[in-house]
Formats: sequence, C-alpha cells, structure tokens
Amino acid sequence: MKTDFVIDVAGVTKRFGAKTVVNGIDLQVERGEIFGFLGPNGSGKTTFIRMLCGLLTPDGGSGTCLGHDILTEQPLIKREVGYMTQRFSYYEDMSIRENLDFIARIYAVPDREEAVQRSLEQLRLQNRSHQLAGELSGGWKQRLALAACLIHKPLLLLLDEPTAGVDPKARRGFWDEIHRLSTEGITVLVTTHYMDEAERCHRIACLAYGNLLVRGTVDEVVSSAGLATWSVAGPDLGTLVGALRGQAGVEQVVPFGNTIHVSGSDAASLEATLARLCAPGQEFTRTVSGLEDVFISLMDRAKDNFG
Amino acid sequence: MHRFTFHRLWAVVMKEFIQMRRDRVTFGMMIGIPLLQLMLFGYAINSDPKHLPSALRLADQGPFTRTLVAEMQNSGYFDIVRITDSEAEVERLIRLGTVQFVVNIPDDFTRDVLRGERPAVLVEADATDPAATGPAIAALNAIAATAIDRDLTGPLRRLRGVPGAVSFEVHAHYNPENITQFNVVPGLMGVVLTMTMVIITALAITRERERGTMENLLATPVRPFEVMVGKILPYIAVGYVQVTLILIAAKFLFHVPMVGSIGLLYAISLLFIAANLAMGITFSTLAKNQLQAVQMAFFFFLPSILLSGFMFPFRGMPEWAQWVGTCLPLTHFLRIVRGILLKGNGMGEVMPEIWPIALFVAVSMAVGVKRYRQTLD
Repeated sequence: MKTDFVIDVAGVTKRFGAKTVVNGIDLQVERGEIFGFLGPNGSGKTTFIRMLCGLLTPDGGSGTCLGHDILTEQPLIKREVGYMTQRFSYYEDMSIRENLDFIARIYAVPDREEAVQRSLEQLRLQNRSHQLAGELSGGWKQRLALAACLIHKPLLLLLDEPTAGVDPKARRGFWDEIHRLSTEGITVLVTTHYMDEAERCHRIACLAYGNLLVRGTVDEVVSSAGLATWSVAGPDLGTLVGALRGQAGVEQVVPFGNTIHVSGSDAASLEATLARLCAPGQEFTRTVSGLEDVFISLMDRAKDNFG
Repeated sequence: MHRFTFHRLWAVVMKEFIQMRRDRVTFGMMIGIPLLQLMLFGYAINSDPKHLPSALRLADQGPFTRTLVAEMQNSGYFDIVRITDSEAEVERLIRLGTVQFVVNIPDDFTRDVLRGERPAVLVEADATDPAATGPAIAALNAIAATAIDRDLTGPLRRLRGVPGAVSFEVHAHYNPENITQFNVVPGLMGVVLTMTMVIITALAITRERERGTMENLLATPVRPFEVMVGKILPYIAVGYVQVTLILIAAKFLFHVPMVGSIGLLYAISLLFIAANLAMGITFSTLAKNQLQAVQMAFFFFLPSILLSGFMFPFRGMPEWAQWVGTCLPLTHFLRIVRGILLKGNGMGEVMPEIWPIALFVAVSMAVGVKRYRQTLD
C-alpha cells in the first residue's frame, strides 16, 4: 500500500519525566508540501520535529517518515532528511566551505567537491566560502545552515524556526528558496512564530501544550475558528481598549496603529458591547479575522482546556 | 554615578553563588579536589620507602648469613621475597622490577668473617629511580657496622667495631650514577601524554554539546564509534609528536641512556595514548560543560602523577595507594618506558605491564561508547 505521504504518523507522544510534551499528534504531510507548524514557545514543536528525524524516540504512537518507521528505522531517516536546528549548529571555527565539505563527507555525497561548489553557488555563498562561520551575520548563518542541510539532496526538510533573528529581506529570500525547493518535490516542515510566514505555507497546524489544535490551509484554519473581528477607528482609543477588556463577548483587544481590533467568538454579543461602549466619533466596522487573531484565540482556548 | 556601591557588588556575589550551586559537579570538585590532595599528599606520599622487595642469592648458609639477613629485614628496608641460588632468576626479577634489590651472600662468607676479612656482600639495586633505593642503600652502612655483633661473642669479640665485621658493596644497575633525570625524563613522556591527551579529548564532545553542534551531528547518519575514533585519531598523531620531542630532548639534552628498542617504545606508546584518549572521551560524555570536563581531567591527572611512581617512589606508598596506582595506565607506562630505555627490556619483560593498559582502554572505551547517545533522549 503505497501512499504519497512523506510524513504519516499517528498518536505520537513524548514525555519528559511526568510532563507530556507531545500528546498524541496525528499528522500527514504530502510530497512537495510546505507544512507550517505554529505554536507558542514550549508547545512541543521542536520535540515533535526531533522525533521525526530520529533524534528522539517517541514514547507512544507510530508511523513513518519517508516510508521508514520512526521507532525502528531512525538511521535510515537520518540519511534522507535535512534538519535545520533552531540554534545555529555548524562549526564556527570552520569556514563555510569547510563546514559544507564536512557535512558532505558525513553523508558520503557523490562528487563531493562539485556538490559543495554547487551548493555554494545556489545560495550565493561562493564569495564568502573562506569566511569562518562564526563571523557571519544571522542571515548568512541561516543561509549556510540551509545549504548544509540540502547538500545531500534530502527528500524532506525539517526547519525549526529557521528565520528567527533574520532580517525581512533575507527572510523573503529564504522563503523564495523554500518554494523553489517545494516545486522540485522536496517536502518542507517548518516551525515559525511569524504569521506572514505561516501564510506562505500550503497547510498549517497549530500546537499548544503538546496538542495539535487545528490544521488545514490558512483560510480553513481562519474560518474554522469562527472568530468575528471588528476594527474600531476614531479618537481616544486608548481609553476604549481598557473599557472593552473583560466585557461580554470581548475576547481580544489588539491595538493596530490608529485602529484597534476587537475579536470574539460570539459575534452578536460582541457587536452589542461595541455599540454600548463606543463613544461618538469612534466607528466600528466588521473586518476579516487575521491568522494572528485566530492563533491567539486558539491559544487562549487551549489554555482553558489543557493548561 | 560611577562610585562603588555595595548593592551592585552584592548582586554579583549572589549571582555567582547561585550559579555555583547550580553546577553540582564543579561544586563537588571544589570540595573533592582538596580532599583528594589531602589524601594523596598526606597519606600516600612517602619519600623514605621501606619494605622494598628483595631477592636473596645464597651461596653460604652459615649462622652469620642468617643473622645478617635477619638484621637487614629488621631495618625495615628490605623484605626478602625470594631466596634462590640461580643467577639467571635474580637477573630476571630485577629486570621485571619484581624486586628492587638482590642481596648476594658470597661463598665462604662465614669463613671470611671468622678470618676477619670483612667479606663484601654484593647488593644489586634497580636504581632506575634513585629516590626509591637511596634511603635503603644509606641504611646499609649502619647495618654493616653492627649486624652480626650479637653472634660475635667470646673470642670473636675482637671482630666487632667500626667499620664492622662485614661490608656491603652496592651495584646500582641501570642508573649507576644516580642521575635523577634518567628517571624523570622518560617518565615525563608518560606524564605529558596523560596531561594533554586527556584534557584535549575531554573537551572534544563537551564542546560539541556546549556549542550546539552535537544536535546537528546526531541528526546525521554518523555512528558513535565513528565519532569517537574520528576524534581520537588526530590526537594520536599529536601524541606521537610529543613522544618524539621528548625522546629527542632525552637523548641530546639529558643524555638519557637508550638501551632498548625505540621501535618497541613507539609501538607501546600507541596503546598508552589510546588509553588516555579513551579516558578523555569518556569524561567528555559525562561532563555537562567544558569546565566540568577540565575538572574531571584534573581529577584523573592528580592521582596519575602522584601515585604512578613518577614523582614519588611507588613502593613507598601504602598498599591502598599502590592499588589505586595499579589501576592507572601511567603507572604501567612508566615502568615500560624506564624498562625499555634504561634496562633494555624487550617485549617479554614489558608484557606484564601492557595488558593492564589494554584492559583500561577496553573499559573506558566501552563506557564512552555506552554513554555517547545517538539520540537526545
């Protein structure tokens, strides 16, 4: 029974001592898909990724990664996965070329020198190839890390917060690269805190307290949340923010520059509250809920359920 | 603004205490190392080694012989562990280092005493370490003066007196001029290897972990054995450079005699280097950070240098310290180096010192590989 799922796991669980860090996650990711993992710090994203690439052994659950069993065939998985760690983990006292060459040797990449050269060119690192990795800025380090985890032509990329501390231009370049890889058939699982990055994924999943709360395309996730959002404009919004908090139907009040966004799952109740509290001159209009509003709302509800 | 304030000072002091408490191993070492030093310097070290194993080669069985031997034992310096009449056997015992001295009672010893000829008892000493034999040899004069006086009664009384009825002649083998460097410089080879090899490799894996590169290495298909051996091999080359440097210095600066096979010494050095590297790698898998790794290396180095017979005579130490010393690879390597260079020992004679080092390598490698995990669990 051949499926085209690159990742196909069910009930994956990991406990550290008494604490359940990942709680029965089911996940299927198709070939060539860019799958985003959203979740606050400590929600189990990193632990889940480490289980997928054979760095941690799950305490429960089963499944396959690239067709290899995640419980018993970890060495096979390691060969075909490119894993980019959250923290830069190449050798700072070695040059870019030396780092790439080392990784290429470890994976026994055929035509190694050529592969290193190609990888340098692809990521436009060739002018810096003799620079020590430790001297690179965040964006260049990230580029090196991506080059290194691609050098053995992995079928699956696991990227753990790859763009943390990277400037917007470099981030955009990075995501262009990810999409290019995706069209080549490489599957990407990426964790992020940035909503704009989540919106560039084909599908996303939200994690909190080790539980997978929701998954689907960004639109599916947003609409399934059933969140209603109003935008309020006008004078003296600072006072209104304080007044709205804790009122009936109000779940989130977020200042957005010269407007505030007010969201809640009970649209009617929220609208009534807004009508009651908005001063003359303050106008409220229904708007589309953003992914961030949905995400925060999900986290708050998860806190009630699992926290 | 920039004057000294007590609360800022106190903030730093408190922070240091909090961090000190968190790093249990470092805290333990701060208590453990002084205790270790107290034990080693206070109890284990003795610059006046007694009860040195000696062989007795008897060519005369007379009463004076018995009295003399008894007196030598009573001095506390000589323990007769073997009595034989075979020259080949005593030769072997001293080369192996099983005995420190061979006491040769000559033919006609009793007759010569009676004739007042002050017969000479030949004491052969393994003087590779002058510090080990010095006090015992010094004691011989006093023994000679009065040793058999109580047998010299009646008409024999006239034989009493200074310088005594018997005399000792000492042959210091292997290092006849008692040149300390001849003992120290070859020993230094082992000490230098222990110090550098253990520390360098103790840092090897700890550094990977501390810098976060370990996670990456673990995510690749590389096997623990490949990592360990891969980290050891370059330093074996470094170890050989050290061995060569010390041998050159020994030869041209200190004029240390090199009687035995240098090739054999190089071959055995490989095992000893491996022992230290394996130990270092094992520390590396145990330590949480580089500081701990260095402390562990120091914790290993201290007994190695003090209990191996490098600094102080091995036989001067109490039995427990000798046991500890016996477990350390440096103890055996020192005997091998000194044996090969000064005594001209060959494979046959150094064999008894090789297998303990091999055992040490096997055990520490096993612990290291077991401790090195392929996952982050």
